[in-house]
Amino acid sequence: MTQSGKIVQDPVRVERAEWKRQQTKARLQQLLTIVSPVLLLVLWEVLSRTGVMDIRFFPPPTAILQTFWELLVSGAIAEHVGVSLYRIALGFLAGVIPGIIIGLMMGLFTPIRHFVSPLVMALMPIPTLALLPIIIILFGIGDLSKVITIAGSVFFPVVINTAAGVLNIDKIYLDVANNYGASKSQFFFKIALPGALPVMLEGIQMGQAIALLTIVAAEMMGATSGIGYLIWTSYKAFLLQNMFVGLIMISFFGYLFSLLLRGLQKKLLPWR
Amino acid sequence: MPPKIEINDLTKVFVKKTGSVTALQNISMTIEDGEFVCLVGPSGCGKTTLLRILAGLEKHSAGNFKINAEQSKRPLQSMVFQEKGILPWMTVEDNVAFGLAMRKAPKDIIAKQTAYYLEKTGLTQFASLYPSELSGGMKQRVSIARAFANDPEILLMDEPFAALDEQNKFILQEELLSIWAETKKTVLFITHSIDEALMLSDRILLMSAQPGQIIQEVRIDRPRPRKIEEIRKDPELAAQFVDIWQHLQKEVQKSRT
Repeated sequence: MTQSGKIVQDPVRVERAEWKRQQTKARLQQLLTIVSPVLLLVLWEVLSRTGVMDIRFFPPPTAILQTFWELLVSGAIAEHVGVSLYRIALGFLAGVIPGIIIGLMMGLFTPIRHFVSPLVMALMPIPTLALLPIIIILFGIGDLSKVITIAGSVFFPVVINTAAGVLNIDKIYLDVANNYGASKSQFFFKIALPGALPVMLEGIQMGQAIALLTIVAAEMMGATSGIGYLIWTSYKAFLLQNMFVGLIMISFFGYLFSLLLRGLQKKLLPWR
Repeated sequence: MPPKIEINDLTKVFVKKTGSVTALQNISMTIEDGEFVCLVGPSGCGKTTLLRILAGLEKHSAGNFKINAEQSKRPLQSMVFQEKGILPWMTVEDNVAFGLAMRKAPKDIIAKQTAYYLEKTGLTQFASLYPSELSGGMKQRVSIARAFANDPEILLMDEPFAALDEQNKFILQEELLSIWAETKKTVLFITHSIDEALMLSDRILLMSAQPGQIIQEVRIDRPRPRKIEEIRKDPELAAQFVDIWQHLQKEVQKSRT
């Protein structure tokens, strides 16, 4: 089409072509997130097989996969993973529940906040793992010492984020609650809890990551089962393929828990 | 009938480390039942403080005020807040029902009142949405619907349209007037916009800069329902605009220095 010497373009067609270009670009970028881990694994495999990387320290992924299969068939994975998940679940709950309760009290009641926050601030920097020897002496090398170690590590991010969540609620919502005559319990359930929830869930997400870090370390030091134990004994026996299986299990569950919590977040925060 | 709102010698002083500030000084006024009164003044003159005292969100330092109740079970007052005053974690419907739910009104009354004011503010089809999905104008409609649905003795409005664009502001002003005309509620409305006050009020009270005092009272005897076009065309109101502006100009200058 020409009009007085100029080419007249259909604007819809122009924009549609542009839109298609953007779509293709977005799809290619999505592809990149799959490409990067695959590429890493292939590279690892090649370097390991060709001897560029020491095969004793970095067994090729296919060999690790084979070991994984053997351990799965023998039931060793189910046993260790089961024990670790049990400890994580109990320890996580034992840290999150008091964390939420104390955090809410700190956020809602100023005297409690002034009284408790110096204790929290002073205890938080101490790694629970540094207390592990004492915890083992007091609670033995069974599940209880692991649960307590995890609970101690998970508690702090949850308590701090919960208190911060309550304190950061926009003042105008407190005015609204006051003006419309909300009672104390209505204020708690309709304003404080939903208002604090987003930041609180961030703390729980953080606690989840810390729980996994803690369980491995705790099971390495004093345990007779669990993923950490698997990693540690394989390492000592120089069965590095078994060790890598343990590491991959941790990575897998870390990813899985993150996804689950993200899903929970979507469910609990429909307004975001 | 006694006036709906009586305020006598109300004074509010804020004490800070650096000294004290008198936000309100000997404010006295009466507002009749069903009257729409706008309080106009430069920013920082204490008009929001006065409203917050009436709303029970702030304590006054001296003097007294009284809101005369007609029915004992009605709440005394409900406030329409500036933007962001609706709760982001509740749907439009739950926001509108908030006041009624807080005072534990019967379920059928809550449903009826909420549906009525959702309809009145054109929000029925958005009832199940969350505020983050609404425009600024829609959010303020929710805020207005919530206050009216609560069926209070008086309504307090704190610059509810200040953050809206001009076209939306005109539309919401007319909508507010039509709901108000139907319910005959007493309204105390704060604004810094002279135009807005002329459009809405039966009576405009002008406030001085710090310390806040009532310096002038202007009656607006335009017939209702009012339309923005008529208000803009009216030469008498244009003269009143200039008159109010001349009274306020001094105060605005004062508050700037």
